[in-house]
Amino acid sequence: MTRTKRGNFFIHLLLIAVALTTIFPFYWMITTSIKPSDAIFQVPPQLVPKSFTLEYFPKVFELMPMARAYLNSTKIAVLVTVGTLLTSSIAAYAFAKIKFKGSGALFAVFLATLMIPGQVTLIPLYILFSKFNWIDTHLPLIVPAIMINAYGVFMIKQFMGGIPNAYLESAKIDGASHPRIYWQIVMPLCKPAVITLGLFTFIGNWNNFFGPLIFLNSENKFTVPLIISSFKGVYTVDWGLLMAASTVAIVPIIILYLLTQKYYVQGIAMSGIKG
Amino acid sequence: MQGVSKLNKRENFWGYLFISPQIIGLLAFVLFPVAMSFYLMFTEWDFTNSPKWIGMDNFNVIFHEENFYYALRNTLYFVLGIVPVTTAISLGMALLTNRAIKGLSIYKAAFFLPMVTSSVAIVLVWYWVFAPDIGLLNNFLDAIGITGPNWLTEAFWARIAIIIMSTWQGMGYYYLIFLAGLKGIPEDYYEAAEIDGAGKMRQFFNITLPLLSPTTFFIIVTMLIGVFNLFQESFILTAGGPAFSTYTLVMYIYDLAFRYFRMGEAAVVSVVLFVIVLIVTFIQFKLSKRWVNYID
Repeated sequence: MTRTKRGNFFIHLLLIAVALTTIFPFYWMITTSIKPSDAIFQVPPQLVPKSFTLEYFPKVFELMPMARAYLNSTKIAVLVTVGTLLTSSIAAYAFAKIKFKGSGALFAVFLATLMIPGQVTLIPLYILFSKFNWIDTHLPLIVPAIMINAYGVFMIKQFMGGIPNAYLESAKIDGASHPRIYWQIVMPLCKPAVITLGLFTFIGNWNNFFGPLIFLNSENKFTVPLIISSFKGVYTVDWGLLMAASTVAIVPIIILYLLTQKYYVQGIAMSGIKG
Repeated sequence: MQGVSKLNKRENFWGYLFISPQIIGLLAFVLFPVAMSFYLMFTEWDFTNSPKWIGMDNFNVIFHEENFYYALRNTLYFVLGIVPVTTAISLGMALLTNRAIKGLSIYKAAFFLPMVTSSVAIVLVWYWVFAPDIGLLNNFLDAIGITGPNWLTEAFWARIAIIIMSTWQGMGYYYLIFLAGLKGIPEDYYEAAEIDGAGKMRQFFNITLPLLSPTTFFIIVTMLIGVFNLFQESFILTAGGPAFSTYTLVMYIYDLAFRYFRMGEAAVVSVVLFVIVLIVTFIQFKLSKRWVNYID
């Protein structure tokens, strides 16, 4: 008994040490963003700020179109999330619960595309979107993300596979069509998987840097990550300002994450261990 | 009979209808572009004039360009640095915490935080942590009597900096996957081993490691693919420098295509990257037959 207790004590020490390493950069970011510049450059650094300033935060919004970027990022992430949840859940339903010709082979094709890195499709997509006159609009960031999400189809299909067919049979006997069974019976049961995929999609698209970097040119169309990268380009060592910009970008995501935290752990347990 | 075929028709109709948006997306935004990449490899194209078929010339140019070899070498360097370190740390943590621990869900939330915020903003925070003289890391090293290097301006240390940051970002995620994998190993295997008098070490090597191998395999394959595509870490933190020491293959593709408008050559490098990842994954699948065990 005492042996396990002591063991647990050391494990807690270790866990606290690791948790400190993961949290500390965020703490450092926030404290730097509220320190006056002489305090920022002080050696050794003040771990707990002794004086406060909020001078950097208004600058974040004045020097760059940050408010606009917020709107852009939110718009893109919301549209993609809603769209992808719909398209991937109906496809998942078809693969899991409808016996149609060729479903096995088509599903295998979906799984195979998980292997294709985005870089191979990047240049042709750029060409395609410039033919559509989509460059410097948000469409290249929204439409493909809604139309193809092999990972999402896979994840929800795995979850739907676990719903007993008996649940559907009685509805079928009552004459319910597939759209009704999908919406009224299967989807409510898939809530955890749908919420998890929704969160992953929202945050993934919010954080996306490569796509916006390539497809957007005008500053008023920029997303938050692009604006952050512009800050670094212009105000290279203005640490207070850079950290204030990072704080503005990260804190909402941290709040969203803390509110929805259990779904991530669940989702990873759901999708990770499929040998 | 007629009823059955009518039913089949209806099933087919709804099946195809339900998958149609994703199938169209798959064709338009994945399969068509991949095919086009294979065509572009053999053309010269600056984006303004129409593409001109030039056979293998692009390969010739790329394979004689120094930047290609820098990018390839650095990418391999990152793979060899990040994958083993991250795997070891996340596996070690999962093994230690695979038991009843008070407040584990709070620790888990903390470990996963870097993954959620893996945006450009967090790279910027590391840029500040690694800053010379006044950066957090060098101050910390100073406090324990070590003079820290110029992290981002010395080739060797710039690479180490990217490895540290990437490990920091990924370890929480892989830790959770390892932990889920450990939870999936049935208790009775250990009970049976206990009865047979097998010690903790034997249990670890004869039960835990083999039965965890599908998870380990999944983690290594996904992490490899991720690290081969490393981009924003180098792009923001070091801009590929100093002297191309952190320049990656994806940065090279980006430069060729969107800075120099050498589309054909960019397509060559993207396909080379794809083929490398395929070969590495294929080798892993082959090797996995020797060390991965699936429970039926």
